[in-house]
Parts: sequence; structure tokens; C-alpha cells
Amino acid sequence: MATAESVYHREFPVRGGDFAKAGSVACEIKELLKDLGLAPAAVRRTAIVAYEAEMNVIMYAREAKMALTVSPEVIRLTIDDSGPGIPDVELAMTEGYSTATAEMRELGFGAGMGLPNIKKNADEFAIDSEVGRGTRLDVVIRTNGHVTP
Amino acid sequence: MTLSDLANRLELRVHTTGAPLDRPVGGGYASDLLSDVIGHARKDELWVTMQVHPNIVAVAVLKELAGIVLVGGRLPAEETLAKAEQEKIPILGTPLGTFELAGRLYALGIKGS
Ligand SMILES: Nc1ncnc2c1ncn2[C@@H]1O[C@H](COP(=O)(O)OP(=O)(O)OP(=O)(O)O)[C@@H](O)[C@H]1O
Ligand SMILES: [Mg+2]
Repeated sequence: MATAESVYHREFPVRGGDFAKAGSVACEIKELLKDLGLAPAAVRRTAIVAYEAEMNVIMYAREAKMALTVSPEVIRLTIDDSGPGIPDVELAMTEGYSTATAEMRELGFGAGMGLPNIKKNADEFAIDSEVGRGTRLDVVIRTNGHVTP
Repeated sequence: MTLSDLANRLELRVHTTGAPLDRPVGGGYASDLLSDVIGHARKDELWVTMQVHPNIVAVAVLKELAGIVLVGGRLPAEETLAKAEQEKIPILGTPLGTFELAGRLYALGIKGS
């Protein structure tokens, strides 16, 4: 149970191309936050952010480190990948834009809604990407935030 | 209305054996695009889709959906079923297409949000 002083921190490795385990980090984070006794809406929003970020690493990046930090007021997720980077971040943030392959689309990926979903569920959102280096997402979710997931 | 009420009324096949069917269904959402479901479906809704691979279970868990109905006679992949049993997400099926099933659900009071 989270107390006023306690801060929880944990890092999760995410491996690109690992479709069999897709979504497992997000599900684990969701269970963890539930066990910490956080507000259900904040848990759902964080789980959605984790899921979309995890899927993007699996589809487009080589590997990533997902870091979760929890205090009673604020949940922070940072996802740091060593993938190819995003050439045009503004375009990538546009709903409907996707470079998903035909196989990915057949499985229901590639709506071009992942990054917009992350932004929609975040109270604070930052994306930083460099071609050839990778992409970093920094997301803050306030446990008393107003967004409905 | 619960999932088992709907399964009876619409002759849906229940693929899972252990997942709860007594949960009230709060509405419905139909889509084959996972991020669309993540973005727009609501907790406790029934998800109507053609997708059968394991990731649908993760989406249903994360969104706390009441269950998944596979349309067009599609069967869940083996790993999908295993994961659904483990996560207690009910998976049902029907030979009907999306449009027809959505219409029948709507007529029974299961609406979109
Ligand atoms: N971590 C990443 N590394 C490299 N490119 C990325 C990464 N995340 C997103 N992108 C690029 O941004 C585009 C948009 O991403 P977004 O998550 O919004 O949609 P999508 O993954 O294509 O489809 P969806 O998430 O709806 O299944 C992707 O198609 C891809 O080109
Ligand atoms: Mg995506």
C-alpha cells in the first residue's frame, strides 16, 4: 500500500519483435498499480499508456527500458528505446498515420492511434526522438486526474 | 443484461469454460483495430471483432471489458483461448457478421457510449 512518503520504482525490459509476449508488460504494470491501491481510473490510464508504448517498441524498435515511478499523487512512465527513431514526430503523432506493415495491419495494428491514445491519457506528455538513436517517451499521470479512460 | 443472458438470447457459442458470464454488460463496441478499441471502448462493454489472436485478450484485460464476441464464425486461436482462461476474459462466438450482431445487441438494449 502506498503511503504519503513512499515512492515505488521499477524498470521493465521490453524486447522488439517479441509478438508472443506482446502486452505482458502493460498487464503486469496494471496488476502492480492495482495492488498499490491507486485510483482505478489512473490505473487504467497508465495501463493504456504502457500498452501502446510497449506495442510500438515491439513493432518498430529493437529494445527498450520502461521505467515506472509511483508516488501517491503521480505515476510516471518513461520508455527509452534503441530503435530507428521517428523522422517526423508531428506526423507520427497525427491520428491515422502509421507505417505498420501489411501483416501488422492484418492483426489489427496500424490504426495510427497508439501515440494519440498515449497523449490523450497523459496529464503530461513529452516525446523525444532521434533518427538512428531511438525514441524516448515521458508520461505523467496524476492519480486524481480527470481524463476518463 | 449479463453475458449469459445475451448468449442465450442470441445463441452465442461460449468458447471459454472458466471466465465469468454473470457480469452485467454495460454497452458494446465493434472494431477490428486494437488501438481504436483501446481509445474508444469503455469498461464493462462487450467487444465485437473478427480478430482472433492473443493480443485481443490483453486489450480486454487493460480496458476491463466484459467479454469478446468473435463474428463470422471465427474461432479463437489456441493461445488466445489459453490466455483468456488465465485472465478470465470470456470469449464468445457467432456465425453472424458484425453489422447483424451489433443490430441484435442494440435491439436488446446493449448500446454504444
Ligand atoms: N518507438 C518507435 N520507434 C520508431 N517509430 C515509432 C515508434 N513509435 C511510433 N513510431 C512511428 O509512429 C507511427 C505512429 O505510431 P502510433 O502508435 O500512433 O500508430 P501505429 O503504431 O502505427 O498504429 P496503432 O498504434 O494504432 O496500432 C508508427 O507507425 C511508426 O512509424
Ligand atoms: Mg502504435
